[in-house]
Amino acid sequence: MSEAKETLLTGLVALLLFAPLTGVSLEGYGLNSHWQNPFLLAGMAMIGRLLLGRLRGLRLPAGLAEYDWQTRLQRPILAVVVIAALIFPWLVGKYWLNVATLALIYVLLALGLNIVVGLAGLLDLGFVAFYAVGAYFYALGFKYLDLSFWIALPGGALLAGVCGMLLGFPVLRMHGDYLAIVTLGFGEIVRLVLNNWIDFTNGPNGVRAPFPSFFGLDFSRHPMPGKSSFHQFFNLPYSSIHKEIFLFFLLFIVVCGMVYFVRRLRRMPLGRAWEALREDEIACRALGINHVTVKLSAFGIGAMTGGIGGAFFAASQGFVNPTSFTFMESAHILAIVVLGGMGSTAGVIGAAVILTVLPEALRDFAEYRGLLFGCAMVMMMIWRPRGLLRSRRALFRREQRAC
Amino acid sequence: MLTVRELCMRFGGVMALNRVGFDVAAGSVTALIGPNGAGKTTVFNCITGFYKASSGQIRLRGQTGEIDLIAILGEPLHVGDAWQPGKLAHKIYYKMFGGAHLATRAGVVRTFQNVRLFKEMTAMENLLVAQRHRVDWRPLSGLVQSRRFRRAEAAAVERGWYWLDFFGLGEDGNRLAGELPYGRQRRLEMARAMCVEPRLLCLDEPAAGLNPRETRELSGLIRQLRDRHGVTVCLIEHDMGLVMEISDHVVVLDHGQVIATGTPREVGEDPLVLEAYLGISGEEAA
Repeated sequence: MSEAKETLLTGLVALLLFAPLTGVSLEGYGLNSHWQNPFLLAGMAMIGRLLLGRLRGLRLPAGLAEYDWQTRLQRPILAVVVIAALIFPWLVGKYWLNVATLALIYVLLALGLNIVVGLAGLLDLGFVAFYAVGAYFYALGFKYLDLSFWIALPGGALLAGVCGMLLGFPVLRMHGDYLAIVTLGFGEIVRLVLNNWIDFTNGPNGVRAPFPSFFGLDFSRHPMPGKSSFHQFFNLPYSSIHKEIFLFFLLFIVVCGMVYFVRRLRRMPLGRAWEALREDEIACRALGINHVTVKLSAFGIGAMTGGIGGAFFAASQGFVNPTSFTFMESAHILAIVVLGGMGSTAGVIGAAVILTVLPEALRDFAEYRGLLFGCAMVMMMIWRPRGLLRSRRALFRREQRAC
Repeated sequence: MLTVRELCMRFGGVMALNRVGFDVAAGSVTALIGPNGAGKTTVFNCITGFYKASSGQIRLRGQTGEIDLIAILGEPLHVGDAWQPGKLAHKIYYKMFGGAHLATRAGVVRTFQNVRLFKEMTAMENLLVAQRHRVDWRPLSGLVQSRRFRRAEAAAVERGWYWLDFFGLGEDGNRLAGELPYGRQRRLEMARAMCVEPRLLCLDEPAAGLNPRETRELSGLIRQLRDRHGVTVCLIEHDMGLVMEISDHVVVLDHGQVIATGTPREVGEDPLVLEAYLGISGEEAA
């Protein structure tokens, strides 16, 4: 596709997306139109696309010069993101901090599902089951065994990983549609068990999950006798935002670790084997790769990430019940992975942030959310089935030219 | 090196292979020929572990002794096994974790009739996936970039370049495999198979879809593989020119049975073979 055509297409998509979002506003019972807004935003999107095209060229990598250029740009972008994340919590209120925390949880979940769907090519419609396992492990572990968050986090991840492998075993021989249906069923089973095993899980009434402690210090205004609380220890006036900021940073560190892990994985034998499995399972077996263990590891590591996300979700909400783990949630995470471009880390992160923050920012248009997601999805599948950002392959240099 | 005896393969009521037996001598090029539907690819699938043979023996002799290529696919359990716990444990292990990949690890590596590359990965990544035995799989050492990990990766990449150069693909290392022209995809698939360091390389119609010049190059490459790298080659091919030129030994299959074996010249003069190919008896042809 030529550059001009790409730019026009971007503009069109942006226009369609922004028109209902920014073009009209509710006033009493009437609608006010602000027709200039969408055009302005679409114009910006077009300029952005044009610049992007100019910067990296629309052709696929031809040589190493471009590679060097891209790696050089990676660090500044990373630095900007990290600095922004460090400053952000001090500038905004509790509400937006909560939204940001939720966005980070979705980033984590999407990265986990991206391993299963994007890299290993196993369509999983029941990912939320592992999310639920992580969340409930923390909540129930606290209720019955008095487990702290710091034990529940790895424990929940481990349990979710084991569940992922257990699910993986029966579906080893399945592909595509069949696999999707089985995983869908698994997700529902987990939710229904949580809902109906009232003696153990408290059913629809849910379970309380406490807030994580800061190296043994809790965040309450009046700590238990004999214990000290965060604000007393550091001689700060009590503020309820402390714990939110703490959770945000904690989650940010975990997400950074996960991003690093996923990025490295793609240049590691395991990640390559996953991708090879997605491309052609028979060829994999012909190369001596044990497709059973490779598939199970993808399921397991993906599920583990879901479990970590679940523990954080329980901690941030302070309460879990089965309505948080419906099929819609799985569909939402899958939508993030698809929109972000299956297999592309940066794309998935971007999509997770946008799809969590946008609905919050545009609460007035909550009714049109599904419609917009649907439209965006259809357009993506038609024009950009591999996602907005095409995932870049690792490049290999020669040690010394053969002469 | 490879012995196949009394190999039978049934698909429901159809007898695809009927007591097939032949040998592949170490260091030779053996061609498997026959009309369409004779069962050549079925033999390949049995040798490389993609089909479980209904009965018969396939054995690979190597430095470490003989390997039973049928046992590693997982044999059916019998009541009698209960008295031999060791044997039972073996059988259960192979039932759970056995499969075609073990045949590959034993040294039998194949290519496919319709090229099967990892299309969305680069040529070099295709070759790295194949070097399962050379790289460091532990996730932790990859995460911290341990010295051992980096050394193993570098060695694998270097090996990859070697085979890319060997097959004339030196410029294509960082291109997506799916983008390469067909002839190069075929060679890349062979390069990928060589990265597994096979002892027996099974090529399923390597010249299909190649032009005459590429076919000539191919026969040169196969000969070099045997002479310089000590690989035993077993191939299925319809291009008789290629078969006659490079093979030491020819096995002719028809309707699931071996009808002739011998040197290319002997087979070419065999009346049964002529009949199978031309549909007339040898005397009429003469």
